[in-house]
Amino acid sequence: MYDVFIDPFVQMYSLPDFFIQVLWEGFVSGVLYSLIALGFVLIFKASGVFNFAQGIMVVFAALSMVGLYELGVPGWLSVIFALGIMYALAFSVERWIMRPLVGQEDIILFMATIGLTFMLIGGGQAIFGGEPKAMITSEIGLPSGDYVWEPGGGIVIFQKLDIAATVIAGLLIAGLAFFFSYTKIGRALRAVADDHQAAVSVGIGLNQIWVVVWFAAGIVALVTGIMWGAKSDVSFALQIVALKALPVLVLGGFTSIPGAIVGGLIIGIGEKLFEIYWGGLIGGGTESWFAFIIALVFLLFRPQGLFGDKIIERV
Amino acid sequence: MNQAVQVPDSADTFVTPDGRTVGPVMMDIRNIVLRFGGVTAIKDVSFNIMKGEVRAIIGPNGAGKSSMINVINGFYHPQEGEIWFNGKKRPSMKPYEVAEQGIARTFQNIALFHGMSTLDNIMTGRQLKMKTGFFWQMLRYGKAIEEETEHRAVVEEIIDFLEIQHIRKAPVGSLPYGLRKRVELARALAMEPDLLLLDEPMAGMNVEEKEDMSRFIIDVNEQYGTTIALIEHDMGVVMDLADRVVVLDYGKLLADGTPDEVQSNQAVIDAYLGV
Repeated sequence: MYDVFIDPFVQMYSLPDFFIQVLWEGFVSGVLYSLIALGFVLIFKASGVFNFAQGIMVVFAALSMVGLYELGVPGWLSVIFALGIMYALAFSVERWIMRPLVGQEDIILFMATIGLTFMLIGGGQAIFGGEPKAMITSEIGLPSGDYVWEPGGGIVIFQKLDIAATVIAGLLIAGLAFFFSYTKIGRALRAVADDHQAAVSVGIGLNQIWVVVWFAAGIVALVTGIMWGAKSDVSFALQIVALKALPVLVLGGFTSIPGAIVGGLIIGIGEKLFEIYWGGLIGGGTESWFAFIIALVFLLFRPQGLFGDKIIERV
Repeated sequence: MNQAVQVPDSADTFVTPDGRTVGPVMMDIRNIVLRFGGVTAIKDVSFNIMKGEVRAIIGPNGAGKSSMINVINGFYHPQEGEIWFNGKKRPSMKPYEVAEQGIARTFQNIALFHGMSTLDNIMTGRQLKMKTGFFWQMLRYGKAIEEETEHRAVVEEIIDFLEIQHIRKAPVGSLPYGLRKRVELARALAMEPDLLLLDEPMAGMNVEEKEDMSRFIIDVNEQYGTTIALIEHDMGVVMDLADRVVVLDYGKLLADGTPDEVQSNQAVIDAYLGV
């Protein structure tokens, strides 16, 4: 009992610099989870479709960028071209997947996104090869090195890359939040998410809205891909990080942008703390399942998530 | 048996019993045929809607009334026939393009944005009227703010008009049926349409709610001069509201004329009494 309820807190108190370091590491991976979840939320809000392909879109966006760079395109230009490719993808998805399937059951659309996943995996491997690639960082202006903070004799190391990632993610999220709450496209998007028929009857064109959200999800995917790729490598294995978005979404709610952010941070920080301070008690390796246990608990007691739309049902 | 009642001369205007001048023709529907596979929902139906009138479309269940509204609105595309709007032949259009032309509608089974508040629902009706770029809207700067305020003013006026001030902030999913019907009407009005299509605006309402809704429809028509085409089953309501009535039966045009003419038409009486 002591080991579970007392000892971890004693450790946190006795080594505060290490505790802060753990919190920071958790926060950084939380930001990345938030970004992935955000990609899902955008598309789910606008079309009620759970986009299974979000994970592979992250890989595909990052690979396109690195691939272009390897072909000799300068760093910044390759970012812009990669954005262009994500736009082309959004346009094609709308034209050849969403539009022919309009009005179909959600499950059909979900299956279509699984199909898209396989197309992107196959297409991506054909174009870029299956080998992992190193992410370009300094070439696109991302800082490297550490920033060391020594509070009262302790030592906490912040990687500059992580700081940059947090700032960029924050700006991206703020931009999207303003876009969706204050613009007419934002309102149109919420309308489309609610009722397609009613939306078109007030003059909202579904096609344009879908291109917008898929492109927004593509931008988020590219940013996620760059950040995540910089921490490891860009490879097709990255797409499984998308699975981590599921517990985040359960926690935050499938329809809430703030939910995706808070959910991501809770999961990121929570799993890090649990692994470091409690993991040893049960043999470690808790990071792979901790998030799902939290999600299960939420499903039991608050199925709409922290910030999800209230489930209103009139009988 | 099946002959149509005399239609008022289509190119002209006419004066209604209560003294409003109606016309000229706003929408001319010519020889519409709509098929779903082997079923023909609308069989060669022609009629017109004149500017400023309240036009009712009636008929037994399955007569093709809702299909007709859906054809006008662009949800269905007829295999044959033409629709002329404001003197021009309309190409095949998507519903949102029809909305851009100034045609708004409500639905038989209320189609609202359930997660949004009453106010936001009605604001979606202003969607087509908003012109500022999304960049300024995001920054809430300059013209964008002015524009938002302007649209809010219009919406507030409609809210007052339909007497739904008290539910302004309520999520529409939580509202009772009668009020939701009213919010849907408000959203359609927010589009400031030239032609308003109402698919059974009074279905499922009690007598008092029906009276309220009738009053709103008359007021909309009189105050804003909006042309209205409505589907309704309650004959009493139709006879009170409508300037002219189209009667459909099994997808065919049975009669077309003033309420009095239609009521005394033998074919209509037979269809309704099931003879």
